[in-house]
Amino acid sequence: MIEIKNLTKYFGLKQAVNDISFEVKKGEVLGFLGPNAAGKSTTMRMITGFIPPTSGTAIIGGSDITKSPINALEKIGYLPENAPVYPEMTVRSFLEFCAEIRGFSGATKIKKIDETIEKCFLKDVTYQPASTLSKGFKQRVCFAQSILHDPEYLVLDEPTDGLDPNQKHEVRTMIREMGINKAIILSTHILEEVDAVCTRAIIIANGHIVANDTPDQLRARSGLHGAVRLVLLNANVETAQNHINTIPGTKEIEIIENKNDRLTLRIYPESVTVPLANKVLNCATENGFQIETIHTEQGRLDEVFRMITEIGEARSRLDRIVTPKSSS
Amino acid sequence: MPRTLRNTKIIMLRELTGYFGSPVAYVFIVIFLMLIGFFTFSVSHFYEAGQADMRSHFEWYPWLFLFLIPSVAMRLWADEKRVGTIELIMTLPISLTEVILGKFLAAWIFIAIAQLFTFPLVLSTMYLGDPDYGMIFCAYVGSFLMGGAYLSVGSMTSAITRSQVVSFILAVVACLFLVLSGWPPVTEALVGWAPNWLINLVSSFSFMTHYQSIQRGVLDLRDIFYYLSFIFFMLYTNGVILLIRRS
Repeated sequence: MIEIKNLTKYFGLKQAVNDISFEVKKGEVLGFLGPNAAGKSTTMRMITGFIPPTSGTAIIGGSDITKSPINALEKIGYLPENAPVYPEMTVRSFLEFCAEIRGFSGATKIKKIDETIEKCFLKDVTYQPASTLSKGFKQRVCFAQSILHDPEYLVLDEPTDGLDPNQKHEVRTMIREMGINKAIILSTHILEEVDAVCTRAIIIANGHIVANDTPDQLRARSGLHGAVRLVLLNANVETAQNHINTIPGTKEIEIIENKNDRLTLRIYPESVTVPLANKVLNCATENGFQIETIHTEQGRLDEVFRMITEIGEARSRLDRIVTPKSSS
Repeated sequence: MPRTLRNTKIIMLRELTGYFGSPVAYVFIVIFLMLIGFFTFSVSHFYEAGQADMRSHFEWYPWLFLFLIPSVAMRLWADEKRVGTIELIMTLPISLTEVILGKFLAAWIFIAIAQLFTFPLVLSTMYLGDPDYGMIFCAYVGSFLMGGAYLSVGSMTSAITRSQVVSFILAVVACLFLVLSGWPPVTEALVGWAPNWLINLVSSFSFMTHYQSIQRGVLDLRDIFYYLSFIFFMLYTNGVILLIRRS
């Protein structure tokens, strides 16, 4: 288990991370979300011991990163932001170096390296110096380095940055598979990634945690959640509106588009606990409307993200106004 | 093998293969040999002096090292910071001491390799006369130790910045001071206002004072201790700087 306890970081007077605490258990893939400069990379750098926290700590599988960093680091695989790789080294010699540092030698070392090269699709570039590789390959080489020793805990800072859609898919599949028996923290600002791989998401803004929930729960915070989207053919706007308004539980009808004999409506419920779709369907068939599509909206993560992070920013601005002395 | 030794060796070998994997090593060795050859033969007149010793060769080391060693050392940490690999190496399960030592030793061995290529000069001296081998051996040891001292300064300045140029300039200035601190114009500037012990202290810090006695064939333990403790102190400072600068 990775336990993050009251991590706080000041750069000079500027507060980058403010009292962050959370846990990641094995079997979880935690998505770490936030706008740029929200403190994602700083937090990950503190978890992996690259920068010392101003206060608080991270405990990785029972080892405190500030007190016994080497024990803690042995259990971690870390992919830093921008995936640094020694430019003059070939992919293979770089992985050999990392394997040796991780304590592998002889046949096990070769086996580990071969496996990792296979897993990360690096076969074609094995003997190429890293300086000649494209961004996507460098990313994968550095990713390979982080999983080489099959660590219990993985900290990945933007693991799919710079990859093409196919590579992104491969890496996400790999992360999801590894997530079954590892504890993984990954930062990203791609929201579809959260859906694709994460079992839980933490959103931070201005160094504060503003949300900590499963992707589905987060989506449920969206104003769209539970709304019914309906596309009718050859329908009159006013008659449609009048009929739908009679359905009990309808709060509001939004006309999204009306052209080419196709009317798109979104019907918001008064409460998400009352399923609306069935009622809308009945009403439409009773009144002889031609339905093209109907579905219930799950809510959109990007909308929730924007809503939450903007509130977070406002709150931390307020913090600064209310307590100007204590933060300096 | 104890863990520390193993890790230091892995880091050292990685660094050394890094040197020889890039043109830096070959350019450095060629330029070093060309310059030392030029000074030994054309300026100090090795042949014309008619003496079977290598003093005309070794007297140039402090000055050549002054520029050449900072150029080797400048990339040690500045480059790791620029490329970002410092984040990788500092988050591997190894101690900072192991990384600093491994990198330092690799650079030191590299300089020793460059020095080894001056062996034809020893052969010439042997062929032309009957040199004092002890003295030549001492001079090699002395210049190797002095090279280590230069290198430790360069490693330290390299940790301060991510710019290799800044690191180079800082190292040259610091080394120049250490070379000249035993030189009369520098000590004279202190005479009159500084207490005697300070003047003695400053001049005893000079690379020159310690190098000259070794070069003359006197392998004094105090001189060896001076260089080794100097290197230790600089590398320790190097570590402190890295720890402070990482946040």
